[in-house]
Amino acid sequence: MAAYEIEIILNRQLADCLSFPVFITDTNGNLIFYNEAAEEILGQRFEDTGEMPVEQWSTEFKPVDEEGAPLPPEELPLVKTLSTERPHHKTFGIQSLQGKNQTISVTAYPIIGRTGKMLGAVAIFWKSTDNEN
Amino acid sequence: MKIKLWGVRGSITTTGPETAYYGGNTSCVDVWEDGCQLVLDGGSGIQKLVVNNPLSTKRIDVLLTHLHLDHIQGLGFFKPLFDPSMEIHIWGPASSSRTLHSRLSRYLSPPLFPVLIRDLPCKLVLHEIENSTFTIGPFIIQSNYIIHPGPTVGFRVTGKNAVFTYIPDHEPALGKNGIIKDSQWVSGIELAAGADLLLHDSQYTGQEYENKKGWGHSSIEDAALFASMAGIKHLLFAHHDPSRSDSQLDEIFSEFQQKNNYPFTYELAREGMEINLA
Repeated sequence: MAAYEIEIILNRQLADCLSFPVFITDTNGNLIFYNEAAEEILGQRFEDTGEMPVEQWSTEFKPVDEEGAPLPPEELPLVKTLSTERPHHKTFGIQSLQGKNQTISVTAYPIIGRTGKMLGAVAIFWKSTDNEN
Repeated sequence: MKIKLWGVRGSITTTGPETAYYGGNTSCVDVWEDGCQLVLDGGSGIQKLVVNNPLSTKRIDVLLTHLHLDHIQGLGFFKPLFDPSMEIHIWGPASSSRTLHSRLSRYLSPPLFPVLIRDLPCKLVLHEIENSTFTIGPFIIQSNYIIHPGPTVGFRVTGKNAVFTYIPDHEPALGKNGIIKDSQWVSGIELAAGADLLLHDSQYTGQEYENKKGWGHSSIEDAALFASMAGIKHLLFAHHDPSRSDSQLDEIFSEFQQKNNYPFTYELAREGMEINLA
């Protein structure tokens, strides 16, 4: 299998040093790395799962809007970043694997390296406070 | 394929009897096959290349891994650049902001150098490369961006019967836990995969590297681990720290040998060393 571009590798090395959850996907949305903090959200360890196809990891969450209605995938920051190649941010609710509801904020940014080519995307998550939107 | 090392010192030239054996010139290597010459990097070693190896061809290709001074400082003293009958092709990594010409001009212009690039009498052709594959004479060359501050590439040179990989400045271990033990996640690994000869950065000892993370270089231990993961046949430890004497290099290498056992040939790169790859 071909090695990842250095921009992806450096993002993983950075994510590995951070205390908040970070997901890294390829251009198709497949989850190619998540850090230790993100393991709590997924309820699984990266060492155990390895990479996860988009169909698999995206069903682990149930994103909902302020009214509790399901959010369509195209409204999610990471999906928007993958399609627009621009950063996106949103605060919304999720239902975790344990059935617990929480409000989270997500910022996603594209990984576009020196060649100008879209290589993937990164999403960072944190628990939302009342004054965030 | 014949390879000769004209400069293997890192960062700055060092001269004196204490560095005479491994040499004090900065990065420059040349590769010959079928009368075609490639020059890899234009460190101070490139000046000797002209003196000791008169050129019969009218075209020379100089491939720059990056534009740090120790890799270009010899260019201004590379005689073919001042010969109107010569055609010089310089290949260097593309930047997202400035052209190769603009970046080279920072050095090849006053006050750092008296002659402007546009005043060089040779026919000069500049090529911007990124993650590229291109052909020069009998060689197929692959360049990939690698981890080192600023736009930097490594080269995989494939000749008729052998592969030489040149990565003199590289920090694949940059991160919390060093090199990720999964080759898909290792910078530069494709360039080196299965190479007959790999010249790789090994500026530091493992202990020194702990205080120099992010400086863009490797420890001798990381260079060997990288080589092992790439499955190469012969490793040259290069980009020797400028503060290191010959005896200190021997001492570090001896200690490394005592602690490690890799299934490939490994040795310290030495200025003047010639290697024939059948």
